[in-house]
Amino acid sequence: MKLITAVIRPSRLDEVKTALVDASIIGMTVSEVRGFGRQKGQVERYRGSEFTVDFLPKAKIDVLVGDHQVETALSIIESAARSGDIGDGKVFVTPVEQVVRVRTGERGSEAI
Amino acid sequence: MSLQSSFSTRVRRPSVGFPPSAIQTVANWRQKQFGLLQALRNTSTMQRSGVMLLAAGAGLLPMMAGAANAALAPGKTDGADTLLMLIGSALVLLMTPGLAFFYGGFTRAKNVLNTMMMSFFLMGLIGVVWVVIGYSLSFDSGFKSPFIGGLGQMWLNGVGGELGDAALAPGFNISASSFALFQGMFAIITPALISGALVERINFKAWFWFSLLWSLFIYCPMAKMVWGGGYIGPFGEIGAIDFAGGTVVHIAAGVAALVSAAIVGPRTGWPSGKRPPHNVPFILLGAGLLWFGWFGFNGASYFAAKGAGFSFVATTFSASAALLTWCLIEWFRDGKPTAVGAATGVVAGLVGITPAAGFVYLPQAFLIGVAASAACYIAVQVKMGIKFDDSLDAFAVHGVGGTVGALLTGLLAVPALVPADYFPKSAEILARSGNLGLFVAHIKAVLISYGFVGIGTAIILWIVGAVVGLRVTPQEEERGLDFVSHGEEGYEPMTY
Repeated sequence: MKLITAVIRPSRLDEVKTALVDASIIGMTVSEVRGFGRQKGQVERYRGSEFTVDFLPKAKIDVLVGDHQVETALSIIESAARSGDIGDGKVFVTPVEQVVRVRTGERGSEAI
Repeated sequence: MSLQSSFSTRVRRPSVGFPPSAIQTVANWRQKQFGLLQALRNTSTMQRSGVMLLAAGAGLLPMMAGAANAALAPGKTDGADTLLMLIGSALVLLMTPGLAFFYGGFTRAKNVLNTMMMSFFLMGLIGVVWVVIGYSLSFDSGFKSPFIGGLGQMWLNGVGGELGDAALAPGFNISASSFALFQGMFAIITPALISGALVERINFKAWFWFSLLWSLFIYCPMAKMVWGGGYIGPFGEIGAIDFAGGTVVHIAAGVAALVSAAIVGPRTGWPSGKRPPHNVPFILLGAGLLWFGWFGFNGASYFAAKGAGFSFVATTFSASAALLTWCLIEWFRDGKPTAVGAATGVVAGLVGITPAAGFVYLPQAFLIGVAASAACYIAVQVKMGIKFDDSLDAFAVHGVGGTVGALLTGLLAVPALVPADYFPKSAEILARSGNLGLFVAHIKAVLISYGFVGIGTAIILWIVGAVVGLRVTPQEEERGLDFVSHGEEGYEPMTY
């Protein structure tokens, strides 16, 4: 079992979700986050004074998948989230030790 | 002169004191006010026509009332005119929550409620103070002073007669009660404007006492001096004209903002820790409500329904010109017109036209809008340049815009719109030495206002600071004033 964490452009969220669901990868958790990478921040201007905003809004998606689905999920996210411009985000994959489905008490891959 | 003779006396005993000769009927009088357009076509007619009424608008009535000018017909309450005042009052009241949104949008999210409460709360505090004593201090004549009113109309006692429908004064066909209400709305928003200089650090208890004392000891004397037949206005020594509050409201609030920001000091960590506005849509909402309400603020200050269209048009035209000016400046300088700039430009233009709305034609209104907007833009940049924490530019917009408007009113006022019946001293100045003479009078009025308001505000802050302290602690600033001052949070996304 792996946890795929993708930090992407908020505007790409719908496409990523739809593409994953179409591939029968069901279930995700989404959060609004802020951060910066190579894109760095942006300069905003109010009443003539400049503000450098270091952290830009991004969407963070957590998707739990079985080992056999990891590559599929990664390529789907990659293609759906890509605009080609700087600031498209990153995807991390981490191993997961245990999963519990709260309602039934199922454990492990059955709970995915 | 009859500065001291009070219209208020007449108002309280409406059946007494009107010379029968004044039977020159209201209808006749109203006929005269008819159409500016006609007046424009025929300058001579204009002299005594609608123009006179326009002038009247400025809240000047009180003064004129005092003068009991023989040329004015005794007031006979007119339904339409009174309705204008009632609607105008509702419009001006809405400006205070509008201002709360305007200011609230600029602050940090953790201070939004506190910032909005600094305005909103005054609808309670000053709403009570005005009825109990504020109106009397501003428009009564019991103290026989050109600087302060009296105590004879506390609780609005006698205002509008037994049925509340008695006319305000000769030449004014609005009910005295609607006038008192209308003026109360101005009294509420004026101290609220000051809050823009003090947000995100002042202790709410200090704000309570400050706005109470400031309203009684600064606002009421200013209203008396300019509008109540007092020292600065058209019946007084100076002879300055202020249609709807360029001096009383905007210069007073702006100067108080400047002084109080200097005394209270900058927010902790400012300017390195300054943050962009947390909610720009709030700023646009607030500016929209202010613009809407300003139709009452300036438009209804004409005090007569038939001719008020002109002051309505001048008001909105100036705001449009100012919005455009601010955005074009930004477009040229920074490459993009901003929403915050558009909202700020609107307010600057409305402030600028406030003292002039009934005294100028549209080309002058346009010029005032452009000049006020440009001057406020420069003032905001200077403020940032010298790193002075007038947090939301209360002085840079209201003080500077009000000053530019007041001075330009002197330079640009159309003599035909400043009839001697309603503005004896001012009309005399215009006749004797033209607009330059009135300009000089306005410089004096501005200087007196700066001095009086500046010193008075400093004294009040010193007293309030000594008794309850002015600021919250730096730790409380960091926590956020919504929770510290009110035990609430504006935004709590995790509570369902």
